Order: sequence, then structure tokens, then C-alpha cells
Amino acid sequence: MSSVGLMVTCMNDALFPDTGRAVVTLLRRLGVEVGFPAKQTCCGQPMVNTGYLDEAVPLLRNHLDAFVGCEAVVVPSGSCAGSVRHQHRILAERSGDPGLVRAVEQAPPVYELTEYLVDVLGVVDVGAYFPHRVTYHPTCHSLRMLGVGDRPTRLLRGVRGLTLLELPAADECCGFGGTFAVKNADTSVAMGSDKARHVRESGAEVLVAGDNSCLMHIGGLLSRERSGIRVMHLAEILAATETTRTRTTEPEAVTAR
Amino acid sequence: MSGTFLGIPKFPAAAKKALSDSQLRRNLAHATGTIRAKRAAVVGEVADWEQLRLAGEAIKNRVLRHLPHYLEQLEKSLTAAGATVHWAVDAAEANRIVVDIAQRHGTDEVVKVKSMATQEVELNTALEAAGIRAWETDLAELIVQLGDDLPSHILVPAIHRNRAEVREIFLGKMGRVGKAAPDDLTDEPKRLAEAARTHLREKFLRAKVAVSGANFAVAETGTLTVVESEGNGRMCLTLPEVLVSVVGIEKVLPTFQDLDVMLQLLPRSSTGERMNPYTSMWTGVTPGDGPQEVHVILLDNGRTNVLADPTGRQALRCIRCSACLNVCPVYERTGGHAYGSVYPGPIGAILTPMLRGSDPQSDSLPYASSLCGACFEVCPVRIDIPAVLVHLRSRVVDEHKEASALPSVQDMAFKAASWTLASSRRTAAAEKAAGLGGRILGKRARTAPGGRAVLGPLPGPAAGWSQSRDIPVPAAESFRDWWKRTEGGTRDTGSAPTARRKGGRS
Repeated sequence: MSSVGLMVTCMNDALFPDTGRAVVTLLRRLGVEVGFPAKQTCCGQPMVNTGYLDEAVPLLRNHLDAFVGCEAVVVPSGSCAGSVRHQHRILAERSGDPGLVRAVEQAPPVYELTEYLVDVLGVVDVGAYFPHRVTYHPTCHSLRMLGVGDRPTRLLRGVRGLTLLELPAADECCGFGGTFAVKNADTSVAMGSDKARHVRESGAEVLVAGDNSCLMHIGGLLSRERSGIRVMHLAEILAATETTRTRTTEPEAVTAR
Repeated sequence: MSGTFLGIPKFPAAAKKALSDSQLRRNLAHATGTIRAKRAAVVGEVADWEQLRLAGEAIKNRVLRHLPHYLEQLEKSLTAAGATVHWAVDAAEANRIVVDIAQRHGTDEVVKVKSMATQEVELNTALEAAGIRAWETDLAELIVQLGDDLPSHILVPAIHRNRAEVREIFLGKMGRVGKAAPDDLTDEPKRLAEAARTHLREKFLRAKVAVSGANFAVAETGTLTVVESEGNGRMCLTLPEVLVSVVGIEKVLPTFQDLDVMLQLLPRSSTGERMNPYTSMWTGVTPGDGPQEVHVILLDNGRTNVLADPTGRQALRCIRCSACLNVCPVYERTGGHAYGSVYPGPIGAILTPMLRGSDPQSDSLPYASSLCGACFEVCPVRIDIPAVLVHLRSRVVDEHKEASALPSVQDMAFKAASWTLASSRRTAAAEKAAGLGGRILGKRARTAPGGRAVLGPLPGPAAGWSQSRDIPVPAAESFRDWWKRTEGGTRDTGSAPTARRKGGRS
């Protein structure tokens, strides 16, 4: 049996705990032993992306400590996986501490959820059931920083009952961009409004993505527009089965217990 | 006659103004969308595109590693071929040299080939101050110049204008500076081009001095190259007696062979063409043919500062193709003027602050990006623009910390967040507080589709987010608390505190 450490991400922990619970349900169903290193907090990406590199170093140390000894780390976020893979080394080098650079080099491999499912477990049919019209937004960091390619859509095509609809201009950024969404709020909203329009044009009931950060932004616009379209993390759809009542119908029941 | 970027506000304010101009947004979305599709199609034809990009990156990296060597070689080759080489440390020096040359030849006008270097140093303004009129001969530059406007795109400076606007400008302005546009001018592209051609012909035939830039300067042969689409460049480079070229020091290439790679990368990336219509090359002076006096001004103007930055120096690989502008979702919505420089878009957001140094407008540019990475994906010389943006953001933060005795609100917020998030105990406590706040806020929340409680517009620090976007109420129970309470979901989950509205209770 494989075992992984779940990196739930700070945003999911505080705002979208359902996503973490869905990952636990899904991985257990696939026979993976899931641990949650309780010491974890945040990978430091918000600090790095805003230019606060010194402030990110304590977070890097904590992150490395939290996951030391894990066989592999799985994270339901392309953005946070990208941050660990591409920013941690830069951060460690800047800190001038050779021990920290070594710790980054020796850290366990980090997989974005769909990479772990397709590349490590070798599955595209995870036994999910979700009878809804869905469109998929490939978040920029999943798409370009990680290059997850068609893994998410292959997984979605394996979901019984699901109709996958094309999203116009899918590859275009939704305008979230971390603190960009606040520092350049007007531009961010202009980008997000176009994305929301494309989601409406797709004819989907549900917008799905692998990053709750982007979904929070697009979902916030869709909700303000009273569009009636739901946003869901990919993990929550992959975790759903015939016996599951997902939050599309009943808020509390993602874990199916 | 044309404007200046001096005093442009910080990016967010300038962008807000541009965003409210719906005509501008339509013009930009249409134009960038068209070029984007053309580029994608012709790049898709090249089987070894990635190899070409790597080759382009390698050539430019070699140049930057040995810049003094190649510049000296270029100077020698140019001088041997009969050109006069000048070195300009900044804009003022470059402009003075051009003015001197024009005055020595007793002329009060010059014709110009579109050039970013001369835009960067604001040569036209300097010439005008010396009583010399500079005529832009590239169609888009002409539109900008006649419209007393500023360029908003590296390749298509008038991209923010549509045909109807161009017609107005031509009718209103052409007659004041030369041959007027015909009264029955329509906004048909053919008629507009015809009016420009007739207007410009007169200037080509009269001018004694031409000013150009160069796309590439080959060190081993002293050959300068200009690529263009309209033939106006060819006219300027061959007809006048005197030719002055203002060339950024990063434009040097080691060998003639290197043009092979660059002339494949550039047109496909910039205009979405397999090859540009006109490629002009000249090597010093050829007796009896073309300009008989050739000057080359090698321009620094901040470039050695960029070179001194190990992360940022890759920006000097830029070949000014503008592919990054055409794919950038921020540029597409705000246009080029918001960037406050002749270098707009993603490349401008990194190049301008490095060339110009720190000021409030410059410092806002590295943040004018969502870091989506589309710019890096299309860059023909693989400039990792998102990485440089993040690097420059850290420079802004570090310089601010050093310069001011008091930390900003943002400094304090990130310091506090760092302290909280460096410990899971403190993080959990903060989440508990947020969950409690969520339960209180839950009372004024609305239920979004899917059952999530959301809040509408909020005052204070959340206003930037919540003006147009609903904000999710923090979860009543964090994931870590759920994991602890249920031993990772292995025990009966029971009831958790909830911020969601269910039926009548909340």
C-alpha cells in the first residue's frame, strides 16, 4: 500500500476544508494510506509572489520540517505544487543557509493531485459518479508551471454520468494571481468577468478546477452575478459516488459517512 | 509634437482609466486576438520551434556574457567598413549626437524608420527642441505622431486606434505638416495606406538625413539589419545621403550565421509571418550606393545596470517581437499606455523598472501581472518573465524596507502573517478565530449555489476584493480541526460547527 502525506494548503485548510476531506476519501478508496502532518501551514507562495522573500523563509523551514520522512506529498493545488517545486530552491539559496538548500534538495517529491493519480497510481477511472454538466478551467500554474496537460480532463472523462463541456478561451488566466486580485483589483475583475462569461457560455452547471484560489475568484464573480453556476474543486468530483451526497445538493456530506 | 510618458500615474490607477474605455478594450481584444492566432498558426508549422528558441536563448546569452568583447569587435568592423561609431551613455548624449549630425548637414528635418531605441530616448522631442522636425515613416508611428499620441505597443504603436479614428487623424492633421489627405478619404485600409504613402513619398524624396535603429548588429562583419513590413524602412535606409542608427548595446550578435536563427524567430513571433516583407542590411559605406555617411550610436541608457542583475539580465535577450504583449491578459485589457513607457506589457513590466530605476510608477510595474506565465511560453528567446517579475517585486519590497524608517501597512501584514504561519499552533489559533468570525458573519451571509455561505461588498481592507466578488465565509471548522476531531475521518464525524445556512437555522 502506498502512503502519502497530504499537503492540504493553507487556503483549503481555512476556507475550503471540504477539498481536503474529498482528497482523503478519494485516496483511501484507491487504497492509499493518507497521513496529515499536523505541523504544516503554508508553503510561502503568497509571500514570495508579493516580494516578501525574507518573510517566506520561516514558512519554508516549517514546511520542510512538517513533511520530512514522508514517502511522497500530494497536494490538491497546482499553484502550491508549483511553488514548492520552483520557488523553494530560490528561497533557500537566497537565505544563504547551505543546510536549508540541502533540506530542499532532500525533501520528498511533491505531486499535484492529478499527477499523483495518473502518473503514480496509474488510474484515470477513479470510480466516481457525478451526473452533471461540467466545464474545466485549467489554472495557469497547473497548465504552465507544472504542465499537468490533459491529466485532469482524462480523469473527468472517467467519471460516470458527467458531461464535460468545452470552456471558451480555457487557457486564459482568470485574473486571480494572489495579491494581484487586490493590488490590481480592477484589472483582475475585468479578466475574471470575461472568464465568468465564458463559463456561462459553456452551458455548464458546474465549473471545476484544480485550484480553489482561482475558483474563489471566478466563483465570487459568478455568485455576485447570481448566475446559479456552482464551482467545485476537481477532488470533490472525483470523490463523489452514487452514495455520496456532494455539496451540490447537501452541504455537509462530501466524506460520505 | 508627440506626447511624453512623464507623469503617468502608477499602474493600477492608469489601468482603471483604460478599463473604463470600452472602445479601447474592443480595439485591443480584436487586434491582439488576431495577431495571437496568426502567431500560433505559423509557430505550429515549425517542427523544431523549441530547438530554435533554445538556440536563440543561447546566442543572446553568449552576447551578454561577453558583451564588451563583441561591442569592441563591432566597433572595429564598422569603422573598417567606413562607418563612424559613437558611444552614448544615456538618452541626452544619444540625442545630442543626432542633433549635431543633422545640424552639421544644415538640415531642419529627418526621416525616421520605426525604432524603439529612438522612442526610448525621446529623440523626436530633442530634435524638435533644436528646431529639427522628425518624420515618422512607419504607418502606425505616423498615426501616433499625427495624433499627438503615445505609442501603446512595441510592434503596432497605434494598436489602440481603429480605422475610423485613423481616418479622423489623417484628415485633421496631415495637411498641417505636408501633403494633405484627400477630402473623400474613407476608412478603407487601402485608402488609408494610399493617403499615408502619398504623404510620406514627398518626405522620403526630400530628406538628406535618416535616423533608424537596428534589429541586429553583427560584430564580425559590422552589418546592421532592419526588418519591416511596409518598405518605408528600405526608403529611409537607401535614399538619404546620411544615415544615423541608434542601437542598444544588447543588439549585437557575434556572427552573421546567428542571423539565421534570429530571422526565423522574430517574424513568426512578432507579426505571425513566416518572413517579414523587407529585410535590409548595410555594412558601413558603399561608395556611390546608398548613404555616403553612416553613423552608429551605441546606446547604454541603463543597459549595463540591467546586465549587473544576474536574474534580471535575461531581459536584455529581448528582440522586441512583442509576442508577450499579444498573449498577456493584463495588456489586452489595459492597453499599453498604462505601463507608462515605450516598453509596455510583460517585457515592459520588467525592462522599464530596471532601465529607469526605482520610482513609484516603476515600482508598480512588477505587480502589473497575475503571473500566469503565458508570456514565457511565447517568448522566442525564453525570457522567464514571471521569475523576473517576482525577483523585481522582492527588490521593491527590500528597497522600501531599507529606505523608510516605518514599515508600511503591507510590510506589517506580511510580517504578522509570516509569524502566524511559521507555526501550526498559531495558525490553528488564527483559523479558530476566523471560524468563529465566520459563524458571526454567517448571520449576514447569503447562500451561493452549492450551499456555500458568501458575503457581499465589505468595507475596509476587504473592499478591494469584495467590490465585485462575493467572498466566502471562513469555514466553521478547519481541515486540521476536522482531522483532529475525527482522527482523520476514521471516527464518527458527528456534527461540526457550521457557518452554512441550512433551512431556518443559522
